[in-house]
Amino acid sequence: MNRTRWWNVGAGALALAVAGSCATGGQAPVARLAAPPAPASFDAALVARGAELAAAGNCRGCHTPPGARAYSGGLPLKTPFGTLYTSNITPDPGTGIGRWSEEAFRRAMREGIGRDGEHLYPAFPYDHYTLVTDADDRAIYAYLMTRPPVVSRPPANQLVFPFNVRSAIGAWKKLYFHPGPYEPDPAHDAQWNRGKYLTEGLGHCSGCHSPRNALQAEERGRHMDGGEAEGWHAYALNERSATPDAWTVDAMHAYLRRGWAVDHGVARGPMAGVTRELAQAGDADVRAMSVYLVALMGEAKRAAPAPKAAGDSRAARLYEGACAACHDGTGALPFGGIAFEHSIGIAGEDARNPANVVLYGLPAADGQASPVMPGYAGALSDAELVDLLAYLRGRFSDRPAWNDLAQQVAEARKAGPGIARQSAGGTGTNPARAAEGR
Amino acid sequence: MTTRLDVNGRTLEVSSAEDTPLLYVLRDELGLNGAKYGCGLGQCGACTVLVGDQAVFSCATPLSMVAGKKVTTLEGLGTLDHPGRMQRAFIEEQAAQCGFCIPGMIMRAEALLRDNPHPGAKQIREALHPNLCRCGTHMRILRAVARAAKA
Repeated sequence: MNRTRWWNVGAGALALAVAGSCATGGQAPVARLAAPPAPASFDAALVARGAELAAAGNCRGCHTPPGARAYSGGLPLKTPFGTLYTSNITPDPGTGIGRWSEEAFRRAMREGIGRDGEHLYPAFPYDHYTLVTDADDRAIYAYLMTRPPVVSRPPANQLVFPFNVRSAIGAWKKLYFHPGPYEPDPAHDAQWNRGKYLTEGLGHCSGCHSPRNALQAEERGRHMDGGEAEGWHAYALNERSATPDAWTVDAMHAYLRRGWAVDHGVARGPMAGVTRELAQAGDADVRAMSVYLVALMGEAKRAAPAPKAAGDSRAARLYEGACAACHDGTGALPFGGIAFEHSIGIAGEDARNPANVVLYGLPAADGQASPVMPGYAGALSDAELVDLLAYLRGRFSDRPAWNDLAQQVAEARKAGPGIARQSAGGTGTNPARAAEGR
Repeated sequence: MTTRLDVNGRTLEVSSAEDTPLLYVLRDELGLNGAKYGCGLGQCGACTVLVGDQAVFSCATPLSMVAGKKVTTLEGLGTLDHPGRMQRAFIEEQAAQCGFCIPGMIMRAEALLRDNPHPGAKQIREALHPNLCRCGTHMRILRAVARAAKA
């Protein structure tokens, strides 16, 4: 973050503190249930539907730290204002949401208000979940309340003033939160509308794929222009997308459902967790999201550029020795590496992702076939990695050179593997079927 | 064309092609057979050596990537008569069964202790995660690393 941005944070914080002092402190509590509802009191079909919807929303991604029990919370979320810890959303009555009524749950989703009436931090993306219908909230509630209760109290949040004052969130909400249900767009058909409802609501895709302002609100005029998540770049998902090959609905559907698509590659970084969850979401729902996303990126016909001549630089020799054996395009995805002329990592607007992948690789999934790549953090110096990425960009894309490449590489090195330690997951398919999803 | 390599403190000229995996250069040209060929994909860890103080998969690292850098193999940590601290700990814990993974385990563990001289049990497990053992001496391997850290 540069100095100007920090100044903005400071000024924003001051504005928020002033506004917060006149903002409301929240709402009235919703009465506690005497005890968690009996799991058998929920209709099985409703619970199953809730499971699909919770997967579409990737509730697990934030509410389950690595190695912890499902939905038990406590994952640290680093923000410019300090660290937040996600809540336990299992039905444990003491440390989870076991004594939350459906009304309290729905209010949290729709208005960002906790059961006690306090404002919730917008790291919980209620700016998206506000779109969710009563019926879908009911199903998700039924699913969560039938999970095994886990006794686990997350650590206390560590935030700087004024962000540690809940009423300041009230001021933030006045500025940036627009509550209200999804309004269908009559110019589009039902599938597109279902896709938009899920993508912008439960899916909260723009939470990562849009840039955020100094107060961490999504910038309104730059919807899906690309953003950042956990040290990874979240690519633009609108007409600014740098994808070398145009996405089709089938390819997007395959990618979201199983984590990879021919001509596009393998989901990795924070997106790997998203696709692992979407594998459990409703198939028609994921297809609807694909219809909406592909429409959002536009119908532009494009095809990957032809690679340029190899040359004889040191970077060219590094590519030949370390990369080409898997990435020369002769091995079928997902187990062969993507040919770089098809890679958004190389054509993308930001070098952070290829830097992460080359440094830290793709760890294998436990107990199933998965794409793998060794990391080169031990063998490559920063200068060599900069040369290598510049070479790949120049040879395999028709985009201009990245202008902050050295800085991106240094930041990727400094940040360490982080989420790249986790496997991108298996592919749930066999290589003979690799031609699907083109 | 030759490439200059620094292996176990000796500067050498090797004649293998630049895109040759470091593992092949070590074993076939230099006769250093400590590092093993396991999967050839950088996925099992049997080929682990140090570049600088960091563990790398030598099977997936071309010669061009290590030219002029300091490479340390199992042979660089000690001799039969004078084993290094990590080798001694593995002997004392009798951590090998078939032994194929052990050179890689030792090099990975050596990199850990160079980075963190006093790792906890969890950190040792995490550090060894990239290396596989198919016989099942895992518990002895973990004990050996802990022993070396205390030595």
